Amino acid sequence: MSREPVVIVGAGQGGLQAAISLRQAGFDGPVSLIGTEPGLPYQRPPLSKAYLKDGDPEALALRPQSFFETKDVSYLPETTVLRIDRAAGRVEVSGPAGETALPYGQLILATGTRNVRPRIEGLEHACDLRTLTDARTLRDRLGAPRRIAVIGGGFIGLEFAAVALKQGHEVAVIEAAPRLMARAVSPIMSDAFAALHRGWGAELYFGQPAIAVDAGGVTLASGERVAADFVLLAAGVQPNAELAAEAGLETGNGITVDDRLRTSDPAISALGDCACFPDPRTGRPIRLESVQAATDHARSIAARIASGDDRAAYGAVPWFWSDQGDRKLQIAGYAAGPETTDTAISDTVVARFDTHGLAAVETVNSARVHMKIRRCLAAGEEVDLPQLEELAEG
Amino acid sequence: MVKVTYVSHDGDKTTVDAEEGASVMHTAIANDVEGIVGECGGAMMCATCHCYVDDAWTAAVGVRHDEEGEMLEGASAEVTERSRLSCQIKLTPELDGLVVHLPEDQI
Repeated sequence: MSREPVVIVGAGQGGLQAAISLRQAGFDGPVSLIGTEPGLPYQRPPLSKAYLKDGDPEALALRPQSFFETKDVSYLPETTVLRIDRAAGRVEVSGPAGETALPYGQLILATGTRNVRPRIEGLEHACDLRTLTDARTLRDRLGAPRRIAVIGGGFIGLEFAAVALKQGHEVAVIEAAPRLMARAVSPIMSDAFAALHRGWGAELYFGQPAIAVDAGGVTLASGERVAADFVLLAAGVQPNAELAAEAGLETGNGITVDDRLRTSDPAISALGDCACFPDPRTGRPIRLESVQAATDHARSIAARIASGDDRAAYGAVPWFWSDQGDRKLQIAGYAAGPETTDTAISDTVVARFDTHGLAAVETVNSARVHMKIRRCLAAGEEVDLPQLEELAEG
Repeated sequence: MVKVTYVSHDGDKTTVDAEEGASVMHTAIANDVEGIVGECGGAMMCATCHCYVDDAWTAAVGVRHDEEGEMLEGASAEVTERSRLSCQIKLTPELDGLVVHLPEDQI
């Protein structure tokens, strides 16, 4: 087994999982975990859900401080990687103790994403919701009832909207695309959630990008005004691939990796939100923003590094979730591409087929169907429409 | 404080002090107990915090609800009548001394 140092850049859920999995797999060389944020690594998904309600940061911790001591993982918070020096096999970092260089035998890039900041005049009036610091600010500012405009009708914007409506705020959601969650779910599911959010009291604006924000609200491209005294920006994210690109690694939609999650330099891997990898089902390059991809990638990379055996290709089935109000949206599999055909199996189950067969199944408050489909997709079993109908009837 | 004992698949026992109101899953994570993953953070969206409630405690812990049972169908290890998702067991004073057994794997 190699004992060369492993350096992990990015201390989100994926980066931390890589450290955990390396030690679980018996890797006993040095492991360093570098993160830009202060404090211990934490879970992001609850920031737009449970944390907004309970405000309990301790519930977000992924591991206690003692983990880093007992597992001998060197954790460097509030530390930025300035440069990857591939020729020397080291990363140059800047942190509270100044600048230093860390040597690596294997480097894992788990740099994640950052919020897209579209060209919108006055965007400094809008709040972000990506980090714990953002979420704290948001909670503080929402102590009294407000008129809220959310720019972006994706998972995070809608999860936030559902919580805010429940807390008695007025909420308008502004989505530049013609439907909600357009990149993630079928049009059938978009429509179902649009009806739900309207029922909960939200105003929805479609097909109209926001062009300006000021103290009184948001102006849309059509000239229409959405009055608001609080604006949340939730218009999606972009991968943090600059560090990789500057080091001469192949990038495009994120950091490009092969089916072993290796970049164009075999000593450097990438995982999670920042990694563009071949879809195990179709071979197409995809980039997923999910806990599942981050942690499954991390386990796969750690197993390869710890064993030195690179014969196993990455093959995990994607899954996603979003809590909105009292609805649990779950997606098993991943559908992309214009050739996707969607079929409503029941009021709460939508199947998405493409030229390769069943791509994904979306369910609402139907964990049984979701888990069954995950198992079928993992086993590579073909599932056709009659079988899905039978399954949905339960 | 409420005491909880986690028994690993190999039989190793770890006893920790838990906050009242915390879940059995969160207590394991906060105390770095191996064998509980809790990937979704307690949103009941995965089945990686599977545990078996000790025979002596099944009545006090109570039965799992429907959705929890549905998620457990996707658990990696064998699911028995004593199987629960540990994120759904909240620690109350009545559960002081609780013993749960951990499965061979969670993923």
